[in-house]
This record gives sequence, C-alpha cells and structure tokens, in this order.
Amino acid sequence: MRALENPTPAQAARLAEIEAAALAAVDRPAALGPDIDITRFKTVSEHDRVGSIESIERQIRETALMSGFTSDESERSASYFQLDRTPIYERVMAAFDGQVEVMSTEDALRAYPDEMLDKWFWRAVDPGKDKYTALVALHWTEGYFIRVKAGARVDKPIQACLFVSESNVSQNVHNIIVIEDGATANVITGCNIHTDVKEGLHAGISEFYVGKGAHLTFSMVHNWADEFSVRPRTGVVIEEDGTYVNNYVLLKPVKSLQAFPVAKCVGARSRAVFNSIVYGIGDSVIDLGSETQLIGEGSRSEAVARTVSKDRSVVYSRGRLVGKTDLCKAHLDCRGIVASRESTQWAIPDLVSEGAPGAELSHEAAISPIAQDGVYYLMSRGVPEDEAVSLITRGFVNIEIPGLPDALRRQIDRAIEETSADAM
Amino acid sequence: MTTPHVPLLRIEGLRVSIGEREVLRGIDLTIDHGETHVLLGPNGGGKTTLLNALLGMPGYEITAGSIHFDGRDLLELTIDERARIGIGIAFQRPPSVRGITLRTMMRLAAGGEIDDARLHEIASSLDVVRMLDRDVNAGFSGGEAKRAEMAQLIAQEPVLALFDEPESGVDLENIAVVGAAMQRLLKGEKASDPKRSGLIITHTGHILEYVNADVGHVLYDGRLACAGNPRDLVAEIGEQGFEKCVECVLCER
Repeated sequence: MRALENPTPAQAARLAEIEAAALAAVDRPAALGPDIDITRFKTVSEHDRVGSIESIERQIRETALMSGFTSDESERSASYFQLDRTPIYERVMAAFDGQVEVMSTEDALRAYPDEMLDKWFWRAVDPGKDKYTALVALHWTEGYFIRVKAGARVDKPIQACLFVSESNVSQNVHNIIVIEDGATANVITGCNIHTDVKEGLHAGISEFYVGKGAHLTFSMVHNWADEFSVRPRTGVVIEEDGTYVNNYVLLKPVKSLQAFPVAKCVGARSRAVFNSIVYGIGDSVIDLGSETQLIGEGSRSEAVARTVSKDRSVVYSRGRLVGKTDLCKAHLDCRGIVASRESTQWAIPDLVSEGAPGAELSHEAAISPIAQDGVYYLMSRGVPEDEAVSLITRGFVNIEIPGLPDALRRQIDRAIEETSADAM
Repeated sequence: MTTPHVPLLRIEGLRVSIGEREVLRGIDLTIDHGETHVLLGPNGGGKTTLLNALLGMPGYEITAGSIHFDGRDLLELTIDERARIGIGIAFQRPPSVRGITLRTMMRLAAGGEIDDARLHEIASSLDVVRMLDRDVNAGFSGGEAKRAEMAQLIAQEPVLALFDEPESGVDLENIAVVGAAMQRLLKGEKASDPKRSGLIITHTGHILEYVNADVGHVLYDGRLACAGNPRDLVAEIGEQGFEKCVECVLCER
C-alpha cells in the first residue's frame, strides 16, 4: 500500500493490518454471484487533469449525463470526475465552500491520516471479505472522498462520476462519504463506461458514515456493457436519528453484477431505505440485494425493489433484515416481472430476529406476469396493446423515490421509457 | 333516392359463447343516435357478456351474428380500435393498475387531447380530485371506483357509452353523483347540446331515477325477452319478478 509516505508507527500498523487481511483473501471467491478471473485485467491508466467539465471529451460527458452527471454545475454543489484511475476534475461550488469537501480518497488519506484510518478507511467494509475487496485494498485506483460538515444543509446535489474508457482493465475504486452530525446531502453517482469499452471489471468499495441527525440520499445509476463485470462492496453506518436513503437504478446490460450493501442502523431511531429499479437485459446476470441491521432502539428500514427480466437474463433480488433490538421495524417489498421465457428471476427475502423478540420484520415478495386485466383496461380506453404493456411495465418499475432530484427523475423516466419501448 | 338510415349500433342474431357454454343465444338490438337503452335482467342472464362482446374482450367467442357500429363491422376491430371510434365503458369492477394514475387514465381516455383545466373540471364534478395522482382503483372504495370510471368516460367523450351496473355496491349519495354525471354525458348540459347514445346495464333499475332512458329491454336466458318503457318494465319486474315479467303482455308488443 502506497498511500502514506511517512506513516507513524500506529498508522503503519493499521495499514499493515488492512494489507494482511486483503492478502489472505486474494483468492477468496465471493459468497454470491459468478466467480471472475480477475488476473485477466490490468489496472486502469492515468490521465491528465482538466480545468473544467466542459473540457472533458464530449462523448464521455454525454455518457456521464445518462447517469445524472451534468456539465451544468449551477445545478450542483460539488463535482468529482474520475477517468480510469485519475481524478481529473473536482470542484466545490463557491456557495458551498466550507460546507462540502471533495477529493480523492488517496488525497484524503494524506490530508487526514489519523481520522481516516481510525474512523472510516476500511471500517465499514472488511478488506478480507473476498477477492474483490482484496483487489481494491491491494491495487487501489483512487475513488472519491466526500465530507459534508456538521449542520450543513447542502440543498443541491453533489455529483460524482467514475468512468472507464479502456477495455480489459479493472477500476478498483474506494469511495468514502462522511455526513457529519445534523448535515444533509444528496449525492448522485454515475458509473459509466465509454461506448467503445467491451470487457472489464469495476470493483468499488463504498463506505458511508451518516452522523447523528444527519441525512444522506445516495442515488446511483449504472451504465455498463455486455461484457463488463461489476462487484461493488458497500457498508453504511447510521447513527442516532440519522437517515440513509439508497436509490439504485440499472437499466443497461451487464455481464455480471453482484452487490449486497450492508447498512448498520447503530443509532437509536436511525433509518435505512433502499429503493432499486433493475432491468435484466440480454445475457445479464444480476445478483442484487441489501441488508439492514437494526441495532439501535427504534431503528427502521424499508427496501423496495422492482425487477424486470427480459431476454436470457438471470436476476436475483435479495433482501435481508436483521433485527437485533426490540422496538425495531422493517419491511421488504420486492416484486418482479418476468418478461421472457428464457429469463430467470429469483426473489429471496430473508428475515432474521437475533435476540430481539420485539423486532417487527415483514416482507412482500412477488413474481408475476403483467396483469392482463390491466392491459385490457387500458385498451378499452383506446390504448393499443403494445403501448398498454409498455405503460404498465413502466408504471410497475417507476416507484416513488423520495428525494430524487428532478433532473435524475427525468433521466430515469426517459431511460425506462426507452428500455420499455425497446424490449416490449 | 334517399340514403337508407344507418343506426348507430345494430346487433343482429348475435350468439356468444364462453368456453363451451353458449351465453347469448341470438340477440337483435338497435340503438340509434342519441338514444339511451336500458338492459334489465337477472344475474347470469348474459348482460355483462353482451357488453364484453361489444368491447371485444378476449374469451367471448362470437359464434354467429353481427355487430355494426356506424355502419362498420365492429367484430373486425380490436378493443382499442373500438374505443377510438367512440365506444366507451364504465366498468362494474375495474381492475387496479399499479403505477398508472387516474390522471393518466383520463388523459389516455381523452386520446391525450385534454387540457389540465378541463381534466380538473371533470374530476371536481365527480369529486375525484384527490384521487387523481393515486394508482387507478388501488384501494378505491366502491363509490370512488364508480366515480373514477365516470371521470374517464367523460374525458373520452364517447359516441356510445356503456354502463355496467353503475349503481351496484354504492350508497345512495354516490348513485346520485354517478347518475347525474351519466345524465349530463348522455343528454348534455342544455337542451340544445348533442345527445350521446347509451346502453345501461342494471339489475335493480335504481339508476333510472337519475337518468332518462328511452327504451328498456329484458335480457333473460340469453335472449332479449321484451322491450318497452324502462320505468314500466322496472315497475313490472319489481312486482312480478323477471320470470313472470318475460311472459307478460307488455312485452308482446
């Protein structure tokens, strides 16, 4: 690990601990999802920094826009753009100076070594979890560090884009978001690849810390490709009265994607919400879920997933709620439509009450076809059959996602519309 | 030479089966422009089957006969095509559709050509404004569903409006609201307004206290047993029951 040039003995010890845990896991397959031969990929390249978003290559900017990253910074409080391994652009808008900090994780480690190592860096995700966490720990290629200062109400979204422009590489990012006590922020992240890129791997560690009474809405839109594999590893820690909202949207094909973010509601009355919209297209293998651990008294969680599987896709929709305290309450709602005879869909809700007889955990899981009576109902109002099917599918996936910026909402609507029209 | 008169709806010798079972066994019915007809009859007599055959719903096999609408062969058209040439319906028990709001349904029914002011005006007249952005029929009460159906039908402005048991499962207050809306839709706000045609299915006849119908029919055992003044028929059925009614002299006319 190259991060610190002259670490103190304590810092060096912690870094060595992380490295040892990672080294022990280099060959450890993940518990879920198809195994990937990661030795095939080389790490992503360096690029020159740019002075403005406008000077990023047009095609890259346009692709990034698909996942909510806009060149119009008047709509944003801060921006971070990473091309392959280089953070080529980061900026906090003047109005939010002193409230928001944005830099690469490596810069953050250099700037705040003790704080990072003690509180955040590999504290919510275990570097020895599997070969993908090990890959990031040992061959780390930056990622963003975002901190919102205590009490700051950042009303405009912070945007981040992690972009891959080369084939046969792996981008191994480590992202950290810290929302200090009483602060509110909305982070939009897009992960994209250049239209020319076919094969590759994105391994992303995300560690989010939501302070007391703080609020983080994190929205992520993924745009991958047929031969691209994705293995995010996410850990979230939410303190007293804190709220974490995770919105995830995947509307493009991917070779395989496996993610199972874990949110720990450690504080009293803390809350975690997961919303996801997933389209399985082509030969995509998607294994997606979330786990919330309800640890603090009065903690709550909701997870809503809508999945549509088409073509030959295989989609797993998982959800796990772990009640570890009395007076906690959580609900899972996962529904799927299987839109092709060649596709497979699994809905796997999972409820655990661990020494908490008062925990109230529930789920609704359903896989069903598009209701024919709904289609005929729309037709009886003059809507042609194919349009009726498309409208109903759109209505099915278009869940109410509170806190989603309008611009992103419109992009999601448009993407759903295009996807529905293409696929039906 | 004058061109022969083409009625709006002409059903001739219609026979309809559901699976193996023949439900309609030779129906002849003509509804002209501006006329409102009422179809009375016991449950299971084939009333809803007739509406579903008119709409073109799957599962209703036409084994004989014809349906012409404004001179066109209706049986050649799909459900949505029939709606677009002017056939509208208020369903008895409409399905709930997740993710599609009542507002969207009203827009779709209007073929996209409805401005917000007009949409809102229709919604207020039926007291469904607060339901506009809810998923259509999801968790609606019986009365709310009927009012929402009427709102869509009015937005559609059909040439022929079909009503399936508009009074079933709703309280008197809702019957009054729905009935008044039906009357306005069919007969217009003023005497000079153009009249639409209507076909109302009713088991009880209560709705006739609110809507002026021109002709009543009794559908019994898959056949139209008689035709007459709707209120007389309702009174007769009230006293005698359907079985006796179909034998009565009124119907021999």
